[in-house]
Amino acid sequence: MSAWLPGPVLVAAGCGGTGRELEPYAGPAGLEGLDFVTRSITLDARQGGPGPRLVEVPGGVVNAVGLPNPGLEHFLATELPWLVRAGARVIVSIAGSTMGEYADLARRLSRAPGVAGLEVNVGAPDEVGLGLFEVREPYHSASVIAAVRREFPADRPVLAKLRPDVSRVVEGARSCHEAGATAIVIGNAVPAAFPDGRAGGLSGPAIAPIALRCVAAVHQALPDLPTIGCGGVRDLASARSYLTAGATAVQVGTALLHDPTTVARLRAELDPTRHPSTPTPSEEDA
Amino acid sequence: MCMPEARAPVHVDGEVVASKRIGGYRHLTLTAPGVPERFRAGNFVAVSVAGHVTRRTLWVHRVRASSAFGPTLDVVVEARGSGTAWLTAQPVGAKVAITGPLGRAFALPKEAVSCLLVGEGYAAAPLFPLAERLRERGCAVSLVVSAPDEARLLSALEARRSARSVTVLTADGSVGQRGTVGDHVDDLVRRSEADVVYAAGPSHVLRAAAGAAERVGAWSQVAVETSMPCGTGLCHGCPLPVVGEDGVDRVVRACTEGPVVRGDRVRWDDL
Repeated sequence: MSAWLPGPVLVAAGCGGTGRELEPYAGPAGLEGLDFVTRSITLDARQGGPGPRLVEVPGGVVNAVGLPNPGLEHFLATELPWLVRAGARVIVSIAGSTMGEYADLARRLSRAPGVAGLEVNVGAPDEVGLGLFEVREPYHSASVIAAVRREFPADRPVLAKLRPDVSRVVEGARSCHEAGATAIVIGNAVPAAFPDGRAGGLSGPAIAPIALRCVAAVHQALPDLPTIGCGGVRDLASARSYLTAGATAVQVGTALLHDPTTVARLRAELDPTRHPSTPTPSEEDA
Repeated sequence: MCMPEARAPVHVDGEVVASKRIGGYRHLTLTAPGVPERFRAGNFVAVSVAGHVTRRTLWVHRVRASSAFGPTLDVVVEARGSGTAWLTAQPVGAKVAITGPLGRAFALPKEAVSCLLVGEGYAAAPLFPLAERLRERGCAVSLVVSAPDEARLLSALEARRSARSVTVLTADGSVGQRGTVGDHVDDLVRRSEADVVYAAGPSHVLRAAAGAAERVGAWSQVAVETSMPCGTGLCHGCPLPVVGEDGVDRVVRACTEGPVVRGDRVRWDDL
């Protein structure tokens, strides 16, 4: 029994609020049928980091938002049911400080009605600062994925979200795939610093070429492993770059900070019923 | 809770229909189909700036239900960085992408009570539409506008129609009384016999106003001025430390759970 694959357009973790805030900009269908990755949920509530949490830099933003979330209990009681009622296909992003926490999260989410899949956050730009399970080597992420996969039904996808680090990403993707990941999301924000030196992560158009290189490398080495491109997707051209490089889908994140209708626009533009044949960049250039 | 359609914000293409420099600020009049119609005092708008990733949030100074250009809204911009500099340089006719109205509006009293409105700098803007709403309800409105100097004082001339009294404060004494909100607010709250204090401006102004209200047992509502990268609640980039109704400390989003919150709910020391 193999899991379904989300796409072609997903909302990236941490960039769609609780879903309610995105709904006014989600187009005529609202969140109906939208592949919505939640902000990362942890077992216990987290308040997030102090301000300023996010600064704009040329071509992107540096953030240290700090995974604010109400904790699993509250998420299951309030945010998840709302998203399910709104018709979204809910992919819950999970983050933990130990492998046991990841497994707990997966087990409890597997029983919650309406959880369509999981995305495992194993590539946070500052996991030590966030108090998350530290992923230095591919086997660290693979062991997390294996722990999650054991607790989550095989007919629902488990996505592994990795750092866009081209020197390690193929190894990391292979290990996660062998551990049972349905697809690999590349990638998370790139480790960076605020102007005052504080640790954070860089996202936005500035990192698109880096994430694209990683997607291409993974696709070349592991052509059967579905990859989801994430980093600087803001329009049809940037989305198609990932699809052309072998990605099966893209995630939209930072672009929503500029234009909150980006997801609605891309969903319409990449609608397979509107484009029966796979679009290629040359079509757009023509 | 699903937002009713008529109140949900929209993201639209707007146009600059007037632009004038007044003191240190640029006042822009914008069309933004659907935004003025949904606006309530205390809401703000966000503008997508070409070549920039995040949006710029702006207070709404005035809304006109009809004009030669249809419904319009006036925003006050201080050029403080490249994004706001771009915005102030937009000529009449320029197209800008506008998201709004955003955030929670000021709550209006059910009865005709006495209200003191305290604002500083460009951030005092939302008090002007608020004053009009309060006057419509028969409230006695006293308005305090303050600024470091005359150039950064939002003109209170128009407000004289809505307010029973207007007090002008400048830190350097260039116009009105010399001093800051902190220096005068207790006296102003007492003299106006305010039942409700509304404040808009930098956090030291809000804190002073909220404190003065609390000392006389009045309610306060403050419009928090902070950096809001998206303005829509998506990015969680504008943390506001508060004490919830249930007494539990929380960090909420200034753009979504605010910008208007009860003054006695803000944990000022953690801000």
